[in-house]
Amino acid sequence: MEKILVGLKRVVDYNVRVRVKSDGTGVETDGVKMSINPFDEIALEEALRIKDRGDASEVIVISVGSTDAQQQLRTGLAMGADRAILVEAGGGLDPLSVARIFKAIVDRDAIDLVLLGKQAIDNDNSQTGQMLAAIWGRPQATFASHLAVNGGTVTVTREVDAGLEIVEVDLPAVITVDLRLNEPRYVKLPDIMKAKKKPLEQISLAAMGIEPGPAIKVLDFEPPAERARGVMVKDVTGLVAALKDKGLL
Amino acid sequence: MISKILVVAEHDGKVLNSGTAKTVSCAACINGAEIDIVVLASVAGPIAAEAAQIEFVSRVLTVERAENEHAIAAVLAPQIVVLASDYTHVFGPSTTFGKDLMPRVAALMGVNQVSDIMSVEGSHTFKRPIYAGSAVAKVEAPADSVVVATARLASYSVAGGGNSAEIVSANTTVDVPSHTRVTELKSGATDRPDLQTATRVVAGGRALGSEENFQMIYRLADKLGAGVGASRAAVDAGYVPNELQVGQTGKIIAPDLYIAIGISGAIQHLTGIKDAGTIVAINKDEESPIFEVADIGLVADLFSAVPELTKALG
Ligand SMILES: Cc1cc2nc3c(=O)[nH]c(=O)nc-3n(C[C@H](O)[C@H](O)[C@H](O)COP(=O)(O)OP(=O)(O)OC[C@H]3O[C@@H](n4cnc5c(N)ncnc54)[C@H](O)[C@@H]3O)c2cc1C
Ligand SMILES: Nc1ncnc2c1ncn2[C@@H]1O[C@H](COP(=O)(O)O)[C@@H](O)[C@H]1O
Repeated sequence: MEKILVGLKRVVDYNVRVRVKSDGTGVETDGVKMSINPFDEIALEEALRIKDRGDASEVIVISVGSTDAQQQLRTGLAMGADRAILVEAGGGLDPLSVARIFKAIVDRDAIDLVLLGKQAIDNDNSQTGQMLAAIWGRPQATFASHLAVNGGTVTVTREVDAGLEIVEVDLPAVITVDLRLNEPRYVKLPDIMKAKKKPLEQISLAAMGIEPGPAIKVLDFEPPAERARGVMVKDVTGLVAALKDKGLL
Repeated sequence: MISKILVVAEHDGKVLNSGTAKTVSCAACINGAEIDIVVLASVAGPIAAEAAQIEFVSRVLTVERAENEHAIAAVLAPQIVVLASDYTHVFGPSTTFGKDLMPRVAALMGVNQVSDIMSVEGSHTFKRPIYAGSAVAKVEAPADSVVVATARLASYSVAGGGNSAEIVSANTTVDVPSHTRVTELKSGATDRPDLQTATRVVAGGRALGSEENFQMIYRLADKLGAGVGASRAAVDAGYVPNELQVGQTGKIIAPDLYIAIGISGAIQHLTGIKDAGTIVAINKDEESPIFEVADIGLVADLFSAVPELTKALG
């Protein structure tokens, strides 16, 4: 295989306690720490390992979003990606449009394998990879916790509700990754310097000829129902009594 | 316009998964909806017979093909798309089966998907959790295209039984690909209640420290007739298999009783237990965020409290 494409979405860092704006028009993102979607970092790590083993020759990272996403792409380059693509599109494109954009790049750059996160932790959609595979007419292996490249096929272990499912897919293919696939490497300072010289291509949505939509409209946002704070018991005897009280024992 | 909803059945080739009847409950929240279920399988008969008993269901369509032996999204999706032309909505469960399959169906139909419906507000308006449940978004799907969606199962109960819907063969002739092959399924099937349907769940976290120590969670669960769950940290450390993980990237569950032992209560874990009836937390750190959501909290060392509790239950 020659080329691996990895999607890096810029999202609110997973450690941030996200709050809904008081007027219900969105969530508070001002001054909030932004990061690469954690699953995407794992996808990139896996792509780099495949390349390190000699099973691929180029790793390309792509982000669809505002120009701020350059930051996440630079981090991806520092981790070891060879080049980056930023598709400029204002706030929050829908998964189908992102999949169409990926498909256009897949065709243009003759991509053999696309590695994405199993979900973006902002909208928790878990759609983009499956949609790309659908419009590309290629295999998908979602929720991967292990993968092995063997020439023209990839064997993927998938984390499913029943346990682990092992599938074999022909390349080209789309694989979405789960958390246990690997532990991403740390970026070292010299790599950050080197990454500044790596190519970062910027394309506008209009130049790609892609019309977004039909999207699912968000009408409003609200905070989740709060659970009231309960009671504290002193010891196991108190716990058993409290459970009996609630009719649970 | 009357809503016609096609619910995609989840099964293991032999029996229907209870997520199907929960998805039907979600679909039934749409006023006046007419609901059909489709069973795609290599042998559909017994599964369809089960599906036909579910309340609210008008018809059960069966699509029998040798290729449908395993639930491969690339194989099932084009068949569903053929049937979908008669419907206004296509729903599946938000399980790994539905999450894998339904976006592929949606993309083939040129629409986005409404993921994880937690409440139905209208035929095209729904609420769904985002940011690991830190916010709830009210969303509206376009009125002029088919709504493809997954139902967040913890928000719905299993629809009743006793129905006898008509079973109809709906074989499609569409070509399906052979580029994806299932070679093995490793499941740690046990006699314990299934995590997703258990009314009681006992879960352990990183604090258990080893696979061996985790046995005390199983012992307590057995006393309570409970299913067993775990935090991501416990799964990552290899104390238990992945299918026991509860949370944003594990299972979203809604038991009557959830006992969290040595689990700190990270947001990604809490999103999996929001709908639990009663949450009990045992943790030695009184500052642990798990106590912010616990109905009953006990600050204690689990290594003494858990054996004591197990014993107290007789
Ligand atoms: C994208 C993403 C998705 C994630 N998805 C999930 C998910 O689906 N599910 C999930 O669980 N996590 C998930 N996580 C991980 C999550 O953020 C936490 O790291 C994880 O839940 C911590 O597990 P824990 O509570 O077992 O461990 P810790 O946070 O280490 O907590 C251990 C707790 O045990 C207590 N303790 C220690 N010793 C004792 C003792 N002797 N007796 C009693 N108590 C003791 C401590 O006080 C502490 O509160 C996700 C993370 C990310 C980034
Ligand atoms: N705007 C984006 N830019 C880059 N990658 C994305 C974008 N949106 C989605 N992806 C990729 O698709 C995966 C699944 O996203 P989603 O379907 O939104 O949950 C993410 O983990 C990313 O790898």
